Amino acid sequence: MVKKSKKSRKGDILLEMKDIVIDGYSDERWHEIVKGVDLTLKRGEVMGLIGESGAGKSTLGLAAMGFARPGCRLTSGSIMFDGMDLMAMPEKQKRQLWGSRIAYVAQSAAASFNPAHKLIDQTVEATVGHNIKAESDARDDAVKLYYDLQLPDPDTIGNRYPHQVSGGQLQRMMTAMAMSPRPDLIIFDEPTTALDVTTQVEVLIAMRDIVEQFDTAAIYITHDLSVVAQMADFIKVLRYGEEVEEAETRKMLSAPEQQYTKSLWSVRSLEKEESRSDDIVISIKGVDAAYGNTVKVLHDVNIDVPRGSTVAVVGESGSGKSTTARVITGLLPPIKGDVQFNGEALPRQLKERSKDQLRRIQMIYQMADTAMNPRHTVEEIIGRPLTFYQGLTGKKRADRVSELLNLIELDDSFLDRLPNEMSGGQKQRVCIARALAADPEVIICDEVTSALDQIVQEGILQLLMRLQKELGITYLFITHDIATVRAISDEIVVMFQGRVVEQGLKSEILSPPYPDYTQLLLSSVPEMDPDWLTNLQKERAAG
Amino acid sequence: MSDTNSTEEYSAAAEVGMVRQRRTFLQRAWIELKKAPITAWFGMIVVIFYVVMVLFAPIIAPHGEAEVFSQSYAPWGGEHLLGTDQIGRDIYSRLIYGGRNTVGIAFLTTLLAFSIGGALGLIAAIDRKWLDQGISRIVDVLMAIPSLIFALVVLAILDKTTFNLVLVIAVLDSTRVFRLTRAVALNVVVMDYVEAARLRGEGLGWVMRREILPNIMPPLVAEFGLRFCFVFLTIAALSFLGFGIQPPLADWGSMVRENGSLIQFAQFDLTAGMTPLIPAAAIALLTIAVNFIVDWFLHKTSGLKDEH
Repeated sequence: MVKKSKKSRKGDILLEMKDIVIDGYSDERWHEIVKGVDLTLKRGEVMGLIGESGAGKSTLGLAAMGFARPGCRLTSGSIMFDGMDLMAMPEKQKRQLWGSRIAYVAQSAAASFNPAHKLIDQTVEATVGHNIKAESDARDDAVKLYYDLQLPDPDTIGNRYPHQVSGGQLQRMMTAMAMSPRPDLIIFDEPTTALDVTTQVEVLIAMRDIVEQFDTAAIYITHDLSVVAQMADFIKVLRYGEEVEEAETRKMLSAPEQQYTKSLWSVRSLEKEESRSDDIVISIKGVDAAYGNTVKVLHDVNIDVPRGSTVAVVGESGSGKSTTARVITGLLPPIKGDVQFNGEALPRQLKERSKDQLRRIQMIYQMADTAMNPRHTVEEIIGRPLTFYQGLTGKKRADRVSELLNLIELDDSFLDRLPNEMSGGQKQRVCIARALAADPEVIICDEVTSALDQIVQEGILQLLMRLQKELGITYLFITHDIATVRAISDEIVVMFQGRVVEQGLKSEILSPPYPDYTQLLLSSVPEMDPDWLTNLQKERAAG
Repeated sequence: MSDTNSTEEYSAAAEVGMVRQRRTFLQRAWIELKKAPITAWFGMIVVIFYVVMVLFAPIIAPHGEAEVFSQSYAPWGGEHLLGTDQIGRDIYSRLIYGGRNTVGIAFLTTLLAFSIGGALGLIAAIDRKWLDQGISRIVDVLMAIPSLIFALVVLAILDKTTFNLVLVIAVLDSTRVFRLTRAVALNVVVMDYVEAARLRGEGLGWVMRREILPNIMPPLVAEFGLRFCFVFLTIAALSFLGFGIQPPLADWGSMVRENGSLIQFAQFDLTAGMTPLIPAAAIALLTIAVNFIVDWFLHKTSGLKDEH
């Protein structure tokens, strides 16, 4: 067991990393992922590490534990943790530190728990294993932590298995597990990214309070600015493995110095004049749908989509947004009601629809990685619908592919690339081009920007809006992100538990009075104001 | 729109993706080969040796496949390098021609087994309804019967032609190919790009060939190597039992049987005793060589990579 130094006080330097260089191995050689970053963290402080994916923030976070992922190596620099040199420390001693004095909370709690053990056993495992507390004490303490984290049934929830609690609860469980040995440092690696906004708020509140309560130092890694504004005392911005700037949170928010940081701050400035139209292109009438014969997921859903406009469907995961999309495309035949396209009912089954009916409704997926065949080149991906629907071949097809590439702001150098040779944003653009190749009337966008970084998101949204203006395409935009909805939609449909809560113009939905659920959803979207979470907590406690 | 705010230098084309260095297939193959372990090299050299022998059998072999000489059971050396068999055929020549029959037929059979099993496996994985159920249950029944005994029974009823032999073994082995293909294809079928292809209205053939097949090739290629060994051994075993490749065609299994009695002369003439062991050794060597290559290939493609 590693003893804590007696004289530890708030304000002492806990972690000091100097000139850290980390190499990653790919494509048969070593590349620098982190290029000489310094990081200093005092006891009781929370640092926000922020940057796009690939900026090296997770790698740097793990390096704070003296750990390098397989395929990475800590090349040079020094890591001093409470006076101990982690670079020089043998693996065995570092393992003594991990899980006792340094804890790690991963993005996917579901993947980090062992499904075969009870939650409380996993909560206390490290504490007991490192002989920090006796097992019975640790268990009592775990229940206290459950209370602090506001988990339901704190006395008994530990006896459940991971699949018996929700994602948000599991993420709080993981925080309890990290907190159990009372570490000096916790590293949170995108802990709320996979959660719904309404759940995210609860988890954020719980995590912030418990970190404050025990005066634990923390590194909070995220790509979401508004989240980090709530959590961190100061923020460090990374890009391409280098530090862009570091400042105290309020200062950073009010007066960012670097151009790059400013661009991160200002991305949510897209706006769209809402337009009203009575020319309905898709009309969903009284649709019930179920998976298998038992679980009914849609209840009497009615949605009208006007031509040339953007209808945003919002709601938490499980609210039936994606299922609605599957009904429209014919992948899931409804058990009641029908989908009308230009006034005519579409056949329920995909197989019964004609090629032309299929062509008119295209779909863009959330994960561009899995939406494109990894073995097909961009030329094949975009060219196939051209050949399939319009019979284009040879030169005509090649010309049209180039044209489409230009339309999505890429060039001919992408023609022979495979999907994994492009960045996330480029992949999503190619998916858009594939949908455009079919010359569709309606494009269903299923969370198309939620896997992307903010700057890239804005680029994609701008592209979609430009295409709408030029080509008059109708979008059915499925998302859980209210900021995106504000930016691009004309009409909004709010869904909850398989039912449509309300549908209307953006200005109507986003202004009071709200139905209860819309109110909850809207108030849960983090804002860039560092006091937002505190105020919300007070408001909800009062109300 | 907001083109004016601070993202003016942003350009989609300039985003950093992982662009791999373009290499031709040969360059990539050579890079992989240079890293191949010694066992894989051994396997490849042996296989190339066999392939050359099989392709150029009429040029390499000093005598004809079914050519009968006056002296039966001739000793090693002289005109007949490895002596002659019970009716006076040159064993060295028959060994070379035997490779042609055994290896060639095994290769054809494996190919056929993969065509049948692979196609049905893909269809089952895509369909997932009664067709999948139907094929899977038939396969279960076929697999429940020991395949060597099943093959013996069927071949005893049918004519003992090479065609029947190939067909029976191919059908029996396709059950295993079916299961593997179906299992790996199931992981690919759930991908969004397959759904996208179906939404586009693509037919079954396109989805199978262009969307799924390229993504499941590595395990199938590895299985092809292993399956080839099993088919090859089954044919040799059937021939040894008299149900496989029929005389006067030479093959290694029946050569072991025909000259088996020579083994008791080992105490008088060691070389004579070794005669039946040579075709057996040829079978063993090829099996081991193919396995070495498959091991290397599996190691490379399964992600069981050494940590750096």
